[in-house]
Amino acid sequence: MSADMTYSYAVTRADATPDALDEELRRVRGVAGAPVRLVRAHGLAAVASPVPARDFDESALKDRLEDMEWLESVARAHHAVVETVFARTTVLPLRLATLHLDDDRVRDMLARRAEEFRTLLGRLDGQVEWGVKVYALPPPAGSPVPAATAGSAGGSPGRDYLRGRQRQRRSGEDAWRAARDAVLRVDAEARVLAVERVQHRLQQGELATGPGYNVTNDAYLVPRGSGDDFRARVEGAAEGLGGIRVETTGPWAPYSFTAPEHTDDDIREETERARRQETESGTDAADEEVGAP
Amino acid sequence: MTDPTSARQPVPRPTQSVSPYGQGSSASLYGQGSSANLADILERVLDKGIVIAGDIQINLLDIELLTIKLRLLVASVDKAKEMGIDWWEHDPSLSSRAREETAGPSLAEENRRLRAEVESLRDRSPAAVEAPADDRYAGRAERDERDEYEKRESHVSRERHERDRERRERRERRR
Repeated sequence: MSADMTYSYAVTRADATPDALDEELRRVRGVAGAPVRLVRAHGLAAVASPVPARDFDESALKDRLEDMEWLESVARAHHAVVETVFARTTVLPLRLATLHLDDDRVRDMLARRAEEFRTLLGRLDGQVEWGVKVYALPPPAGSPVPAATAGSAGGSPGRDYLRGRQRQRRSGEDAWRAARDAVLRVDAEARVLAVERVQHRLQQGELATGPGYNVTNDAYLVPRGSGDDFRARVEGAAEGLGGIRVETTGPWAPYSFTAPEHTDDDIREETERARRQETESGTDAADEEVGAP
Repeated sequence: MTDPTSARQPVPRPTQSVSPYGQGSSASLYGQGSSANLADILERVLDKGIVIAGDIQINLLDIELLTIKLRLLVASVDKAKEMGIDWWEHDPSLSSRAREETAGPSLAEENRRLRAEVESLRDRSPAAVEAPADDRYAGRAERDERDEYEKRESHVSRERHERDRERRERRERRR
């Protein structure tokens, strides 16, 4: 067995990929600085590169995935390759660290899932992903100082303090109300052009950057040609609403829309199932009560 | 790469180093390329994209753990606290300052802790949590009701006794 394995980044159509893509891919480097190539089978092509087996076998991978620096470099390399294909044609990004023993095993995989890939490619043709995040900006710290109006109010210091607190609370409530309005307006504008939406987790952790509190983090599937219009609509939607920041990122390869079951119907079904479960457990509780002496 | 449709002719990649705090997020982040925010990339390449069971399979639990960990990096801290998984605050691998100080996190120890977290989260499924809690509350409510009833009963009977005694006394006085 060779010392290399095959790392796959994405799947695309082999027949729709001009030689120019091969050319283009020669210019990017994959994970671990390896050259990227197309592995073709069944009219499809996996975008792949060799990686040293010793760095990507099970135990090595397990340890390395916990290394933030390593993870970042692999994630960025993975993303760069996906982007290169995305710039030319419809692409199905694969999850990070998709590994096969050799190219033949990749061809087997393409053969096995050819139909699913073709369906997905058809659905994503001409579509790109846009990220839209809405942030609520906290009112500047210390601006509504309760003591500032103590003299003018002419009341007791305690009452002034309470009045100040109330004002403070109100400005907080206003900020959230503005955020809610912004979210609704932004989503409504986005849906004018978007054909699908996927909600990501809010970014509030260590890796979250920029000012404000992230209140929504969504991905929209939008026709390729509508990017400028989409951005203008989404960013214009929150205009005039103070304390709100709207951030759009894109266009992205349709990472968030590769799950075949990620349709609105499924979400509805899932919600329905959750509700059914809830009512069932509710009935159980009611039965117990009735049954109790 | 500003507009993929017009990207037929080679478009120079955005090479400016964009501060994540960069203003006009839209303009600076328009082309993704190397400037894209790490959190945005990670939530896509790790959490989205097609999953293929390749020849090297990362242990499912490990993926689960990694996902939990990354969620904590990018997800809401409040939410995590709400779920009771705020242990990461003490996790050296999740605090870059701590990482510099220590030679490297003990993975075995870390994974043990993570596995325990996963287990405890699993144990906290609605069936496991709510049923016993309901029983307990039902039992307590029943007990409370009984106590209250007895208290009232004893109060009533005491009142009745008092009344009877007063009547008796009055009758005797009249005689």
